[in-house]
Amino acid sequence: MIVAEKKPVEEIIEFIKEDKKILILGCNECVTVCEAGGKKEVGILASTLRMYFLNQGKEVKIDEITLERQCDHEYLEEIRDVADTYDAIVSLACGVGVQFMAEKYHSVPIYPGVNTCFLGATEERGLWTERCQACGNCMLGITGGICPVSRCAKRLLNGPCGGSSKGKCEISKDIDCAWQLIIDRLKALGRLEDYEKVCSIKDWSTDRAGGPRKVVREDVQI
Amino acid sequence: MRLSYPTSIKIIRVPCTGKVDIIHILRAFEKGADGVCVIGCMEGECHYKSGNFRARKHVEQAQKILDTIGIGGGRAQMYNLSAADGPLFAEHAQDIYDKIMALGPNPIKLKKHKAA
Repeated sequence: MIVAEKKPVEEIIEFIKEDKKILILGCNECVTVCEAGGKKEVGILASTLRMYFLNQGKEVKIDEITLERQCDHEYLEEIRDVADTYDAIVSLACGVGVQFMAEKYHSVPIYPGVNTCFLGATEERGLWTERCQACGNCMLGITGGICPVSRCAKRLLNGPCGGSSKGKCEISKDIDCAWQLIIDRLKALGRLEDYEKVCSIKDWSTDRAGGPRKVVREDVQI
Repeated sequence: MRLSYPTSIKIIRVPCTGKVDIIHILRAFEKGADGVCVIGCMEGECHYKSGNFRARKHVEQAQKILDTIGIGGGRAQMYNLSAADGPLFAEHAQDIYDKIMALGPNPIKLKKHKAA
């Protein structure tokens, strides 16, 4: 899922301090799971802003809506009738949701309420770690299900490097060496001979370096 | 025991303090409460294992928010006591009452009254 973090309230206040009618728009998907932009966080932010403006002596109307998703036309259409009535919308969705909102509703400014961080997994409540960089050319099949692109600091395809020490990466004692994990995993699978194979140069044209990407699936298009 | 504690304190019963979320604390202030005091079981004695620890985190987060927006984080407090300890409850109730009295009324309540 996409992992995001709440933006500081002060930053959000700076965006909307002159507005009189504001919508806080949550998203029921990834940002709900990582507790950054779901219905609960929408309620907390709305309540915080209401109190802030009241304390400033300003009369500001703040509404709360949480959509199923903000990265799909059909769900964004649900606010079609009300979106234009606001002076500003603070979207607690990931960067995708904020942009899709802005593309769809031109007359109202859309502000981000979270910082979108990475594609990751919930290791435990309150701990999310990166697992994928969406390079567009998955090599997990040959690395024992551990991604060297997202989990190796150097993105090495034939590792480990000299910075690997006691299974940890040289950049931090808290970060596992991805290649140590790959070797351990291949050993456990009885596929250590795969480690001996030299990985050829990866086609990075499918990565972000090749510019903004798109996936076209004519088989599912109507 | 017939212990007394300040009459302005309104008790809201919850199954476990772990149920008290940040939004509940914030809503109380939004509606004009001068202070919120969460009183949970002794640390390590939660029937649900970690409810009171969770509550403490929620109170701390609410305090941060209240400080940021100028209401004052000191208005939200967390205490731990045994359910059988009536005298300590009365003591904590008096303590939060004194703290809130020192801080004065919730500024939002005053602004709301002015606006009305």
